[in-house]
Amino acid sequence: MTVALLQIENVHTYYGHVHALKGINLEVEEGEIVTLIGANGAGKTTTLRTISGLIRPREGCVKFNGQDINGLPAHRIVKLGISHAPEGRQIFSTLTVMENLNMGAYSLGGDREAIEENRRRVFDLFPRLEERKNQLGGTLSGGEQQMLTIGRALMARPRILMLDEPSLGLAPMLVKAIFETIREINKRGVTILLVEQNARAALKLAHRGYVLETGRVVLSGTAGELLRDERVRKAYLGEK
Amino acid sequence: MEFFLQQAINGITIGAFYALIALGYTMVYGILKLINFAHGDLFMVGSYLGYTLVIALIISGLIPNLLVALLIIFLMAMGMVALTGALLERVAYRPLRKAGRLAPVVSALGASIFLQNVVMLIYGPRYHVYPKGILPDIHWSIGGAYVTLVQLATLVISILLMGGLYFFIQRTRLGTAIRAVALDHDTARLMGIDVNRIITLVFLLGPALGAAGGIMIGLYYGRINFTMGWGYGLKAFVAAILGGIGNIPGAMVGGFLLGIFETLAAGYLPWGGAWKDAIAFLILILILILRPTGLLGERVVEKI
Ligand SMILES: Nc1ncnc2c1ncn2[C@@H]1O[C@H](COP(=O)(O)OP(=O)(O)OP(=O)(O)O)[C@@H](O)[C@H]1O
Ligand SMILES: [Mg+2]
Repeated sequence: MTVALLQIENVHTYYGHVHALKGINLEVEEGEIVTLIGANGAGKTTTLRTISGLIRPREGCVKFNGQDINGLPAHRIVKLGISHAPEGRQIFSTLTVMENLNMGAYSLGGDREAIEENRRRVFDLFPRLEERKNQLGGTLSGGEQQMLTIGRALMARPRILMLDEPSLGLAPMLVKAIFETIREINKRGVTILLVEQNARAALKLAHRGYVLETGRVVLSGTAGELLRDERVRKAYLGEK
Repeated sequence: MEFFLQQAINGITIGAFYALIALGYTMVYGILKLINFAHGDLFMVGSYLGYTLVIALIISGLIPNLLVALLIIFLMAMGMVALTGALLERVAYRPLRKAGRLAPVVSALGASIFLQNVVMLIYGPRYHVYPKGILPDIHWSIGGAYVTLVQLATLVISILLMGGLYFFIQRTRLGTAIRAVALDHDTARLMGIDVNRIITLVFLLGPALGAAGGIMIGLYYGRINFTMGWGYGLKAFVAAILGGIGNIPGAMVGGFLLGIFETLAAGYLPWGGAWKDAIAFLILILILILRPTGLLGERVVEKI
């Protein structure tokens, strides 16, 4: 039996007294696209923040590539190969597009060759970013900012890319384009953990999914199973 | 006209001091949203270290070459004050990082009093005077006004230091990381930036610049005192706000402007000399009312 690339076991995370994650179990295999869906406040963002080390779980364990990464500071976790494109994009607004991308490659140190190569890949994926490379991040359109967030996360050449609501606030055309790009990134060998409110689109893209409700995984399965599931259809796909 | 020119030249010199010190306030504020009230005292420590080193290296005749001696004095004092600054952050601020906004301010004031007392215990409460004639007494006449060698040296050194800092912040990987951390700690962490190291770096840079200012003030005015950190510190703080606190070019511009305003006002207003210090605070009040973001304070780009 092979070990999953990312394994989360019985993770409990708190914000002060708020018990945000109540024993999450989750696995992502190498090469997969896995989606995490759930209503507002279910704990999706918190799950990603726990994995990337921005918050420490009070209980449970996070394993990457078989190694226990619990308690490692966030800047060390990126180096291991986990990139997190955060919710709300969070690009550096007064840094140029190029500087934003360079920050994405910060964990590579001074390895200019690798950085240049990654930049080529990112520009290949998002030609728009190359056109805008000297523009300040804050002056980009919403769609361009989303490209920058994803591109920046890819600059570290991650093994797994975690995306938090990449479709948020984008026009339907752009949402389609972004999801296509995610598929493309996955084809190029990057494992994806995708948090989405747009459950239908996410499940169509993903291989497997987990449904989160108030800090617990209430359902999981292949994307096809979830798309057919009665409860999922009612609660998340807006069907009667 | 001559008088105006002379006041302007003096104002630029004082402005250079304000600018160098203001940078320390603004960088720390930019990155931690904390006013490091002990920064003026770090600058004062720099001035005292400069005094001791001048005596030990130049007056004693230990290093005969003046330029070499001054270079060593600047580097040593800047290095030691930089380390003191970084240590201060570790001891007085880092443990309080999550303790809200008031606790670090109280801690800063405590650190300020501590530094003043250490210097007072070592050097005594009386003022000290930098030995005269360290730099040759040369001056030039420009349109009837005088520029002394010390003034010229102050200007050149300050511009070199500030230019170097600007280049570092704008053009290097670490400098960009400082700007990134100033914008958003969590996202910077996700990039692989060790935020604590960047904060340490900022607490090395600001005090180093302040120390250079401290030595130059000693060379320019001669007299130094263990309480001088408050006076200059407050002025430099006003300069930082004038330029837009958190904004690095703003601190430079604000420093020079404040020095020039203050000196001109002192020269032209009736009883101006007596009002000199009040002018800085008048400017502070005007800025806070008219343009709270300061002259170069960025209008924050809204994220959608
Ligand atoms: N900084 C915080 N302090 C206190 N509670 C928080 C904080 N951040 C999140 N929470 C709480 O933790 C729970 C999970 O939040 P989380 O942001 O992970 O939800 P989410 O599934 O990402 O929601 P959304 O779809 O709205 O982004 C919520 O109840 C939320 O109120
Ligand atoms: Mg969320």
